[in-house]
Amino acid sequence: MEILIAILVLGILGALFGIGLAIASKQLAVEVNPKLEKVQHLLPGSNCGSCGNPGCFSFAESLLSGKSTAEGCRVCSDESKEKIAKVLGIVFEKSNKKVATLFCHGGSKVKDKYLYDGIQDCIAANLVLGGQKSCVFACLGFGTCMKACPFGAISMSGESLPVVDKIKCRSCNKCVLACPKKLFSLVSVTSSVYVACSSHDLGRDVKSVCPVGCIACKLCEKACKFDAIHVIDNLAVIDYHKCTSCGECVKVCPAKTIRIKE
Amino acid sequence: MSIQEFLSIFISSVFIYNVILSRFLGLCPFVAISKNTKQALAMSGAVTFVIIASSIVTWLIYQFLLLPFNLAYLRTLSFVLVIATLVQLIEMVIRKTSPALYRAFGIYLTLITTNCAVLGAAVLNVDMFFSNGKAVAGSFYYSVFQGACMGLGYTLAMLLMSGIRERLELCNVSKAVKDFPLAFIIASVLSLSFMGFSGFSR
Repeated sequence: MEILIAILVLGILGALFGIGLAIASKQLAVEVNPKLEKVQHLLPGSNCGSCGNPGCFSFAESLLSGKSTAEGCRVCSDESKEKIAKVLGIVFEKSNKKVATLFCHGGSKVKDKYLYDGIQDCIAANLVLGGQKSCVFACLGFGTCMKACPFGAISMSGESLPVVDKIKCRSCNKCVLACPKKLFSLVSVTSSVYVACSSHDLGRDVKSVCPVGCIACKLCEKACKFDAIHVIDNLAVIDYHKCTSCGECVKVCPAKTIRIKE
Repeated sequence: MSIQEFLSIFISSVFIYNVILSRFLGLCPFVAISKNTKQALAMSGAVTFVIIASSIVTWLIYQFLLLPFNLAYLRTLSFVLVIATLVQLIEMVIRKTSPALYRAFGIYLTLITTNCAVLGAAVLNVDMFFSNGKAVAGSFYYSVFQGACMGLGYTLAMLLMSGIRERLELCNVSKAVKDFPLAFIIASVLSLSFMGFSGFSR
């Protein structure tokens, strides 16, 4: 008998609360943006948190408020990202991973100006007459960028040039800031052609100190069918909005300054 | 019912039997959300609010439902049920009536459903203000007041912890104990110092 009362009381209590909550949720329903539901439906719903939000729901909220874009989600397929963009009424751009790229290919091929015997660090060496290299724009090769990289993506090659591991690089910009010569910049993975030189010196001056520097011969400018490469201030510069990575300029470059990334 | 009783409830539940530092209830937010004072205050506000509300409802349930049917042994179960429902309801009401408050409480309000400090307060009220299956005189007011004071004690502990941790952010701390290990050490020292209050116990 006693157990029956217990079951009855608790059962009725639970049922009452359940019904009460159900009614309350109907009565107190707050109208939410219908887009929110749609976006949430398109997200993976795994709540992995790799976008930086506590879960897919708050990511959907930040999508709606325009604080983030669908690219922030690493799990979502491109297809559903496109759908999300459609719901939000914005244009979807395919994710564009960037990789740190060194705009110098001199290394040990560049002649030394003097024998540097100080602290083995680019910033320290740079303080002494702009470094030991004859070319004032050249990579000094002491690996300050390697030490700055938090992901171990940069290693020094035998020619004392930093080599960036495309997969390990997270485009954090640390090496760009660390290099005293400002030789690094972030270039999209899809653009494989780059001018491996930063020298603004005249062609003959470059030729006298470095066999692989840009001599501003303008052959690449003539070879390019897309008007994407121009010699500006004695240095070939690629406009990545126009470049299709066709490789014509690489073929004609006499000093092999323009290169294709591995 | 006298002013001395209320004073003694206040002193004992804020300092001597501080809900976090002496009774060790509701510890997860104490460690997790004590990194900055603003969030800690929002959390304590939500907890205090829910403890007071649940003190009222659980007292009514105990007095008018469980005792008449001789079901006092079901109190934990029914209190959990009540608190879970209550928090859901409060969340809905706040969401409807005051979106600003809802945003300020944020996720914490939902999290409180599983906070043992709330259940602890309800059970303690029943333990202290019912004797031989009967409510003592003024038991309802004592319960609600004790609930409020426990919330206040909770706020005090959260404030102390977050204040200390905010300052420690700027200190040069060894990597081995940085962040959570250090939080545990601080919590233990704080708790030890609160143990000193038990000298004032009746």
